[in-house]
Amino acid sequence: MATTTRTVEVALGTGGIDEHGRPIRTPMMVTDNGQVTTLEPPPMGVAPELEGEHMLINIGPQHPATHGVLRLVLELDGETVVRCIPHIGYLHCGFEKIGEYRQYNQVIPWTDREDYLNSIGNNVAFAIGAERLFGVEVPPRCTVLRVIASELSRIISHLVWLGTTCIDLGAFTPFLWSFQERENVYNLFESWIGARLTTTATRVGGMAADIPDGWTDQLRHFIRSFPKTVDECDRMLTKNGIWVGRTTALGVMTADEAINYSLSGPMLRASGVAYDVRKDFPYLDYETYDFEVPVGSNGDVYDRYLVRVEEMRQSTRILEQALNRLPDGPVNSDDHRVILPPKNRAMSDMESMIHHFKQVMEGPRPPIGEVYVPVESPKGEKGYYFVSDGTAKPVRWRIRPPSFLNLSAISKMVEGHLLSDVIAINASIDIVMGEIDR
Amino acid sequence: MTTPFSPVLPGSANPGGAAPATPRNLPQKGGEANPTAAAIAATFPAVFVRSEVIWGDTSVYVHPHGVTEVARWLHDDPSQRYDYLSDVTAVEFRDAEQPLEVVWHLRSLPYRRFLRLKASLDRRKPLVVDSVWPIYKGADWLERECYDMFGITFTGHPDLRRILMWESYREGFPLRKDFPLRGRFSRAEQLRQALSITTEGRYSMEELSVAQAFEDLPEDMRRRLAGGERTGE
Repeated sequence: MATTTRTVEVALGTGGIDEHGRPIRTPMMVTDNGQVTTLEPPPMGVAPELEGEHMLINIGPQHPATHGVLRLVLELDGETVVRCIPHIGYLHCGFEKIGEYRQYNQVIPWTDREDYLNSIGNNVAFAIGAERLFGVEVPPRCTVLRVIASELSRIISHLVWLGTTCIDLGAFTPFLWSFQERENVYNLFESWIGARLTTTATRVGGMAADIPDGWTDQLRHFIRSFPKTVDECDRMLTKNGIWVGRTTALGVMTADEAINYSLSGPMLRASGVAYDVRKDFPYLDYETYDFEVPVGSNGDVYDRYLVRVEEMRQSTRILEQALNRLPDGPVNSDDHRVILPPKNRAMSDMESMIHHFKQVMEGPRPPIGEVYVPVESPKGEKGYYFVSDGTAKPVRWRIRPPSFLNLSAISKMVEGHLLSDVIAINASIDIVMGEIDR
Repeated sequence: MTTPFSPVLPGSANPGGAAPATPRNLPQKGGEANPTAAAIAATFPAVFVRSEVIWGDTSVYVHPHGVTEVARWLHDDPSQRYDYLSDVTAVEFRDAEQPLEVVWHLRSLPYRRFLRLKASLDRRKPLVVDSVWPIYKGADWLERECYDMFGITFTGHPDLRRILMWESYREGFPLRKDFPLRGRFSRAEQLRQALSITTEGRYSMEELSVAQAFEDLPEDMRRRLAGGERTGE
């Protein structure tokens, strides 16, 4: 029986970021006879003499390692996956249908609940899209606050990803560290918005609330302390033989495949495509911030890990710059079409009261038209597509879900891998079923 | 050892282009159009209907039968290179006179362009349009969702079945405007159907082997399935 001995030792060097913004590393493998080769995906299939009866197994929908109510039907040959058929829809709530029956501001609470790890980022994405549909510009303070909100949200989403993936692969400690940091960000959200998970932080034309006094000091404290946690996780995992062995050369997508399968976010960048909506189709003045886009070179689970860890560091950089430039001034636009009059005027002045009444009861009406505004959510390109017929409720509110498209490639990614690797590959996609099923 | 790695950089086909910036004060109608719209009009005069610029994005309307042809050209032509399919969805208007629109959001990473391709389908006829799955593999689930929610048939799709709703769902297509918010069936009927589902049947070998794939299974497994064997027994 011809066998190939693999992975005696994995040498790895991580040396920061090169000029393209990708982490520098040289994965190598030393075989038994001392020959050094570069890392390759494991051979597909099994040796012919081991072929036998195929077995079907069912993972999920209730399984902790599927990160939600995802059901995978796997056809196995021995331990090798021959075919994977994902079943989704267990969490389908009809968000898009409900959105057609709500005014624009009333839809914002629904955006919290789709990608619930990035709720404030979804609020921001929705507000940007709706404002373009209304033709409203927001003041600079609002823009900067939204950047802070989006980046904090990216950090917590990546922290949850890191923690849960570590648990899936048998590492418990980074889970505790990352969830501790996540708790700190939720405390920040709580003191700003009043809610931790379902924030509903934005309105069309502004924010629900300005940040309270002393909030920036708390954020500065977080920015100082947070990189230490990232570094700790980095030290714990990046050169850890078990971690590297369980993640390298798994679920490889080449750059062309990743583009063709419409992957986005860290999934796409790990395959070597430097596409980041913040750089290529900027919003919220992201072109004026100085940050790098980490890009992987192998497109495997390990690269996705490296990309996400580096993104957390870059988000911290953006947060720092945003804090330094945070201007004074109003957070809400003064556009009377979308913004309520001040409360004291509404209580004392007849015109303001009528205006207030009509805004609340009938809702603001955008002009006829359609917009698709993509943003870079932690999972990838998230876009809200609005179609308006001039009434106060959208004709069509479409969520472009990045996890949905990333998950659609799972059948291709797990083919030929072992059953235990399916868990690692599924974890690397960073799925949130609330967003996939909507 | 390793071949030097070069990342795919968006905007690389258009090096002299202006640096991307956050759009400001966009006009509702008009403004700078994506040059692809004029190129489609010149290359496919038979299927091109019209194009417009709304809030800075260019929409191109084409005849439904020409979608695959146009998408193939957009994907392959070196002057276009729309290699990334952002989204496939559909829009049904409240006005019953307006046709149902299928929308493709295409993105050219090399040129950093965004294009909205649209095809109008007559609601009185069967809703059929060609699939772009042979060109963009990412269209697989997007088209399935569109079929599930709107009942649009994408011809050429390899596995067009419901994705978010379950296979035995009989209430119609939820995102159509004639579908009431609470569903077509009464609560009592929905409850009755939910309670009458045989969950065991959903996990039988036959169901797991997923319909059309039956012929691909090994001989002995087909024999066992034909005999009605279930998993876990």
